[in-house]
Amino acid sequence: MTLDDLYRREYGRVLASLIRRFGQFELAEDAVQAAFEAAMVQWPAQGWPPNPTSWLISTARHKVVDQLRHQQMRERKGDELRQHLELMLECDLEAEPLDSLRLIFACCHPALARPAQVALTLHTLGGLRTEEIARAFMVPVPTLAQRLVRAKAKIRDAGIPFEVPDDTALGERLESVLAVIYLIFNEGYAASFGDDWVRGDLCAEAIRLGRMLVRLLPAEREARGLLALMLMHHSRRDTRTDEAGDIVLLEEQDRTRWNVDEIEEGSAHIEVALRGSPLGTYAVQAAIAALHAQAATPAETDWRRIAALYSLLYALQPTPVVALNRAVAIAMADGLEAGLEQLENIHLPNYHLLPATRADLLRRLGRLDEAAVHYREALKLVTHDAERRFLECRLREVMANAADVDLPLAGSKEG
Amino acid sequence: MQYMLMCCIDEALWNGLPDAERDAVMNDYNALIQEMVTSGHYRGGARLQSVDSATTLREQNGKVVTLDGPFAESREQLGGFHVVECRDLDEALGLARRIPPLRVGGSVEVRPVDPAYRL
Repeated sequence: MTLDDLYRREYGRVLASLIRRFGQFELAEDAVQAAFEAAMVQWPAQGWPPNPTSWLISTARHKVVDQLRHQQMRERKGDELRQHLELMLECDLEAEPLDSLRLIFACCHPALARPAQVALTLHTLGGLRTEEIARAFMVPVPTLAQRLVRAKAKIRDAGIPFEVPDDTALGERLESVLAVIYLIFNEGYAASFGDDWVRGDLCAEAIRLGRMLVRLLPAEREARGLLALMLMHHSRRDTRTDEAGDIVLLEEQDRTRWNVDEIEEGSAHIEVALRGSPLGTYAVQAAIAALHAQAATPAETDWRRIAALYSLLYALQPTPVVALNRAVAIAMADGLEAGLEQLENIHLPNYHLLPATRADLLRRLGRLDEAAVHYREALKLVTHDAERRFLECRLREVMANAADVDLPLAGSKEG
Repeated sequence: MQYMLMCCIDEALWNGLPDAERDAVMNDYNALIQEMVTSGHYRGGARLQSVDSATTLREQNGKVVTLDGPFAESREQLGGFHVVECRDLDEALGLARRIPPLRVGGSVEVRPVDPAYRL
């Protein structure tokens, strides 16, 4: 392992341990930073300590104590605090696993706005630098830095606790933690059409956080559901685009290149997540993704069950986007016309995937002129380059074929 | 830490409620305050008269002028406030979410009190 790996893996844990001890976010951050800097200087020369994490925590703790001592000197306060600090140094050198959990609940506290929750989680638990987070979310660095400063000030001034919420609040608060992790994942996943490594990294970070959450809250089925969902998506990551960066649809992806380990790990979590009621939305989505991942060929996809699961999901989460996905599943299970009919009731203005889906169903039905109209509609709304290229390609295809086949039909319609 | 719970509601909406519902809300309100006093959280607070009774001072062109009403931009008006002593924000939010006018469309803003001005 390199020091870089260690930083990424342990930064959050070391920081969390210090925040629990001293309660001061910024003081703790400075100290952890200083400890890693010290490691960078000392370890290559003197060799790695037997327990690097303990070394980092104890070094960081000494830095905090030094800082506090200086503060005390300036404020001319007496021995009492010094003794207190010495005592603090003596015991409890290990990072408690619960510290990471406390930290993520503090970072994702609903009193903070979602963008601040995301930035803070990546910064503290992921050890991502301000510039990295800014780049990943395409936000100017000063804006992101400001967001972090404000969030930390609010944690301090508003008294946001460094604690795992008790049972009554856990459900609601966990929801916010899961949403933040999924947002981090999606930010990386949607971007993986491009090849910006920082954003691809976000997926790995989200999965790491998901695994941590499952380890620390093993009884929370939705945490497992989310982890499974991310693993299922991630297992297909390498096959979603070709060498040119163009989109490869699910049915055309090379299934032998899907990551079997991730599919297996995800499937195991889904089983636990689906056990018992009420069912969670992440678990149901993961189950849908699993049915895709487990089909050996596109033709073997169990669209019946996928449509049923989407209906279940729609009952839990009646949003137009879920309705759109359900319509696609119905089209594949019960026939394309049935799917088209479903689309009539969905209102999603400005969302390119609605006309794109309609266009695709029309194309499969051979109604190519109509398909072209809706591809053009979708092209007006699409923002992502790879998706635009895909839609343009499909439009050219249906226009070429429509010219070949459909001209007489078009003529007869008028007649 | 001390937190101020600022309880706001659209007065027109509040006055439009049936008497029985208003009474029920206020009964629950008094019970909650009693509970907060008993548990040692309560530091003080008051219900305010309607904004019709408010007078606002504002400096204009170097002179303090007296104006009728609050001329608040928002539809919601401050109806009362409480100051409570709590371990952290979660405890304060736990108390705040039980404030009865919430269930008839009110809102509660929770703000930490500057430690130098504690009650």
